[in-house]
Order: sequence, then C-alpha cells, then structure tokens
Amino acid sequence: MKKVKIYITLKQGVLDPQGKAVQDSLNTLGYEDVLSARVGKYMELTMDDHADVEKQVEEMCVKLLANPVIEDYAYTVEEVVVS
Amino acid sequence: MKFAVIVFPGSNCDRDMYHAAKDALGAEAELVWYQTANLEDYDAILVPGGFSYGDYLRCGAIAATSHIVTEIKREAAKGKPVLGVCNGFQILLEAGLLPGALLRNKNLKFMCRFEDLVVENSKTMFSSAYEEKQVISLPIAHGEGNYYCDDATLKQLKANNQIVFTYANNPNGSVEDIAGIVNEEGNVLGMMPHPERAVESILGGDDGLNLFKSVLNNWREAYVTGA
Repeated sequence: MKKVKIYITLKQGVLDPQGKAVQDSLNTLGYEDVLSARVGKYMELTMDDHADVEKQVEEMCVKLLANPVIEDYAYTVEEVVVS
Repeated sequence: MKFAVIVFPGSNCDRDMYHAAKDALGAEAELVWYQTANLEDYDAILVPGGFSYGDYLRCGAIAATSHIVTEIKREAAKGKPVLGVCNGFQILLEAGLLPGALLRNKNLKFMCRFEDLVVENSKTMFSSAYEEKQVISLPIAHGEGNYYCDDATLKQLKANNQIVFTYANNPNGSVEDIAGIVNEEGNVLGMMPHPERAVESILGGDDGLNLFKSVLNNWREAYVTGA
C-alpha cells in the first residue's frame, strides 16, 4: 500500500484573507516576527500499490482535489510498511 | 418553454428558482433531482444556490463531478441557456463551463443584503430586457463570492464582452467588480446575486424578473413561429 500526502495552498498572488486574519491574530498575541501566514489544506490517501499511483494522484489533484485556477498542490508518496 | 431547476443535496434556493420561473414568469418549470438521467426535454437549465454537498472541499467542487453536470455540459453545448446563481455559479466554474474561480469574501464575512448592479452587457440572452448600463438592485447572500481570474482571462472576458453584471459598490473584492459573466458563446451565465429572490415587489424588489423574461423572450424569438 501507498500513503499519499497532499498539500494544497492558494497560489502566490491570490489573496488569502484567512491567512491575513491568522497573521494579524499571531501579531496580536505578541508574535510580531510573523510577517505573513497562508492557510492551506492537507489530505492523506491510502492507495493500493500499482505502477501508476503518481500519475493518478496528479490527475486527481487537477480534476478535483485542487482548483488549478487559484491553488497550487504538492504531494509525496510513501510506502506503507505493514508490521 | 420548460425550465429545469437542478436540485443537489444541499441546494436551498431551488424553490425560489422554481417560483421565479413558474409563478413570476409564468413558464413551465420542474424541479429535477441531480440523479436524473437526462435533460434533453428541457429548454433551459437553472442551477440554484445553496450549499451543495455542504461546501465540502471547495464550494461546488463535489457537485461539479456529478453525472448531471455532464448532462448540463451536453445541453449547454447545444446552445441551451444555462443559468447558475450563487452556489450554481460556483458549480459552473468548478465544472469548467465558465472561466475563473470564487474566493472567500475579502472581509471574510457572509453578506446578505441588496446590492446595486450595473448591466454591462444587455445583448445577451439573459439581459436583453435590461437597458445597457441600467442600475438594478438584487440581493446577495454569500461568503465566497469574490470572483478571481488571471490577467489573461480577464482580458479575454473584456474582449468578448462576457462581463454581464458588475457591482456598483464592490462588496466582496471581486476582480473588476465582476458580479456575473457569460461563456464565450453567451448561453451560460453565472452570477453571485440572486435574481430569483427579486421577482415581485412583495419580496422587496422585482429587478430580477427581467432576467427570466430575457431568457423567455429570446427562446420565443428563436423557436416560436410568428412570435
């Protein structure tokens, strides 16, 4: 089995009001070194082993998991070791 | 003329849309559950607002993968009018029937109130009953209505006259005050404000009725002999 970890973030240049609110709150708490914050999504998929896992994950990101108009995505594929 | 009002799990403006088409406009209309096999028998398709699939993942994203959206694409390709309002607009964007995307409102607030809109293009099948540059008042009710597209897309929207409605006082941060756009062919309109909630004065205004009248008038001119 494979464990797929997918990270989705708003593209640079796309306004992230939620990230801005988080940054403002951190600054209010006294963390004045925080210059910016971007809020994204993290997803985990468990998939059966086969040769095309990466190709399929790429497709899934474009078709559904991310909206390429406003979001970037990145992922890692790891072997699940069954103990 | 027969309208289909698509009902997804989580739609909540479907009855209003039905009421607008059936009672206010006086056309035929049917509520169509999203698992329905085909839309061939309808002359126009209305995709209502709400929270389809609980806005999971992104607003409209899950609904955009449903079978009925494939049907909507098929009918849209034939030139039939397709109107998506609010969550319906989000679904049409996620389905790729319209360009761009909708982001959280700039102020992060859900806003529910009347807004003034400017009719930027009165030559579409959805806006021909309005005057060019006419200011109309329609209710908005959304948390993610901040229209976004890249510069190349914006240029294209302008060059093809695809911007149909803009906000007079931009409430949500939309690029170029955009409130509603059509596709290049002009038969798919997506908009955040709710014309179906403003079809009779008892509801606080009837500026939305002319949108439905436009669709009906254009259909009659095209399909009813002697009209």
